[in-house]
Amino acid sequence: MNITRRQMLILLPAAAVAWDHILAGTPEASPNYNMTDHWWGMLIDITKCIGCGSCVRGCQLENQVPDGYFRTWVERYHVADWELEYPKVDSPDGGKGGFPIAKEEGGKNFFVPKLCNHCADSPCTQVCPVGATFVSPDGVVLVDQKYCLGCRYCVQACPYGCRFINPKTETANKCTLCYHRITKGLTTACCEVCPTGTRQLADLKNPKDPIHEFLRTHSVQVLKPHLATRAKVFYYGLDGSVR
Amino acid sequence: MKKFKDAGHLFRMAAVFLVGVIAFVVLRAAFVPRSFGQYGHYRGKAIAEIAALPISYAGHQVCEGCHTDVFDVKSKGVHKGVACESCHGPLAKHADDPASVQPAKLDTAKLCVRCHEANIAKPKNFPQVVAEEHSGGAACESCHQPHSPAIVAGGSQ
Amino acid sequence: MQIPVEGFMYPNEVELQWSVLIVLYPFLTGLVAGAFILASLERVFQVEAVKPTYRLALLTALAFLMVAPLPLQLHLGHPERSFEMYLTPHGSSAMAMFGFVYLWYLLGVLVLEIWLDYRRDIVAMSQSTTGWKRLLYRTLTLGSTNISERSLHIDERVGWLITVIGIPSAFLLHGYVGFIFGSVKANPWWSSPLMPVVFIFSAMVSGIAIVMLLYMLMCWIRREAIDMRCADTVAKYLFYTFIIDFSLEMLDLIHRIYEADESFRSLDFMVHTRLFLSQVVIQILVGTVAPIGLLALTQVLKLADMQRKRIYGVAGCLTLVGIFAMRWNVVIGGQLFSKSFLGYTTYKMGFVAREGLLTAIVLTVLPFVILWVLLKLLPPWPEKHPSTTSAAASAD
Repeated sequence: MNITRRQMLILLPAAAVAWDHILAGTPEASPNYNMTDHWWGMLIDITKCIGCGSCVRGCQLENQVPDGYFRTWVERYHVADWELEYPKVDSPDGGKGGFPIAKEEGGKNFFVPKLCNHCADSPCTQVCPVGATFVSPDGVVLVDQKYCLGCRYCVQACPYGCRFINPKTETANKCTLCYHRITKGLTTACCEVCPTGTRQLADLKNPKDPIHEFLRTHSVQVLKPHLATRAKVFYYGLDGSVR
Repeated sequence: MKKFKDAGHLFRMAAVFLVGVIAFVVLRAAFVPRSFGQYGHYRGKAIAEIAALPISYAGHQVCEGCHTDVFDVKSKGVHKGVACESCHGPLAKHADDPASVQPAKLDTAKLCVRCHEANIAKPKNFPQVVAEEHSGGAACESCHQPHSPAIVAGGSQ
Repeated sequence: MQIPVEGFMYPNEVELQWSVLIVLYPFLTGLVAGAFILASLERVFQVEAVKPTYRLALLTALAFLMVAPLPLQLHLGHPERSFEMYLTPHGSSAMAMFGFVYLWYLLGVLVLEIWLDYRRDIVAMSQSTTGWKRLLYRTLTLGSTNISERSLHIDERVGWLITVIGIPSAFLLHGYVGFIFGSVKANPWWSSPLMPVVFIFSAMVSGIAIVMLLYMLMCWIRREAIDMRCADTVAKYLFYTFIIDFSLEMLDLIHRIYEADESFRSLDFMVHTRLFLSQVVIQILVGTVAPIGLLALTQVLKLADMQRKRIYGVAGCLTLVGIFAMRWNVVIGGQLFSKSFLGYTTYKMGFVAREGLLTAIVLTVLPFVILWVLLKLLPPWPEKHPSTTSAAASAD
């Protein structure tokens, strides 16, 4: 086959680009960790949360979260009576230092820890203009800190308010489900330090995961189900007043 | 061709556009990150970069590897579900090199109330007290052993 | 950060994400799209009466389009990475199309159309001027000095085609911004299929108004009589477009009040308190009802030329204020309330800051400076003097 010079001029650069892609290969993940074996989520048991704020502090220490911004936080609800539409909610500094004594008496009172829901149909990844935020093959919604422009569209698109712009890096930041820990067989920082077992990491693809059994036998909810985000943080004991 | 006789300027403009398009295509090929598109519309390398971030909390299994005596006491008490670092803070550095990092001594007067101060929003069955009335501000460990806090008849431990 | 919060907001929601610069951006591209639509009225829809504003409208659109990316760049956390939108645009993101739509509209529509319309003048000026201006015009001719009847006829036909393509392109340039807001299901103040339509119609209103004002201003500066037939026609189109725009916005409002979904109470409270001045007073009363009323007067009553000119001037200015307020109420208003519908925050706008008021003011003035330069380089109207250079010199 006679390749003309013109054809070589086109083939060579194309071949170089292709070779680079082959060399890029697989990332240097943990040796035994295979992304496609996992599909991560979390179970939060409202009936156990004591609002100690350990999760908020633990997350901040593990992930260097700047003050004033939160990858996870705890809200305290006070529902006076049957009116689920008007709860009184507070979250002083995200619940990081615990909660002061409540003034309201009576009614329903409880704590709700919140974090990124790692939605399977994530609206934040849908709107990112460049592909800086994405759902990993193992179901964790992550932000590429080297690629994010800081346009803040994802922060607007998140219905749960879990994203923020890190003032030091000027990029979008949020809960990573402690990806750097769960890929090494550890649990997330918030689950590790939670003293009551309110928060439990769940591997929805692992049939031996105890959360599977729990999800099958208990009534669970997700936040804002009407927005169809296929959130993967499941709440047990969530009251209808929770926003 | 006679039809295009007076359209020379349009061809010149078209040529300018063509040069622009070619420049765009070449630059794009040069600058799109290599690992982009590997798993989806994102830089595949980002996953490894995030997975390689430093760890601050060692995890209770690591603590139990060395501190078996504490583990024995704790596993029999009501704090068996409470991770070590929940109270002692992140200690991965200490786990990596125990001699170099000494965990700080904890002040139980301030530490324990974070969980156990009475609050109307806490679950009813969770042990909670109004610290002032309960101990008058004294350190909790003067009566309770933190690793196994239940008070048995005749005093702590 | 000491931002006053009323009620409860999710902790990360307290600080606003999109600032006054993001209010300014749709305002600027709206002016671009609207000015172009006015120009297309003459070119495609044969509305002869508005011909005196044709070239002015195109140059206005170009001046504003050149400034349009600046508020976005200043807002980004990493403007040096903005080229990534060209490298890896994310197909599902409305924002990703910005780079391509912008480039297409700037180069493939505006610059091309202006070049084709001005080509005869450019060739003439490349021969009659000296110095750097001669070099500039010669470059713009792309080396072709053919201004024969046939070539000009070809230019006219191609220009017509570009305008026809330019109309949907203008809708896309500004409509996609409406979609950026309208497609956010997380935000009920924004999420609406009407959003792109309202944006486009309010863009047309603002674009027509600014060209009308600039035309009247330029006539006054050049001591030329205003072509009242032109001004009346432009004002008429402004009036009709405004009625459609107002109807759409009222439809959205009435629909919201009637359906009263879970967000309604929170939004209603916000409009009655934090957004009352900017929405009810400035946008609706001063910026929409007043100019529509004034323009209606000119349509219904037989008024003298001087009275009509004054009304057009006042109505035009109020319109621009109203449309800016509309952008403000959409962008800022959409961030003042909590997605929990339980609280409100405050917008703390800096003055001398990267995203502050001073920056916004500078970016609003800049297109007029650019327009002034463009008007000097590419005069829209044939000068009274035989030589174009002496007219340019005497105006300096």
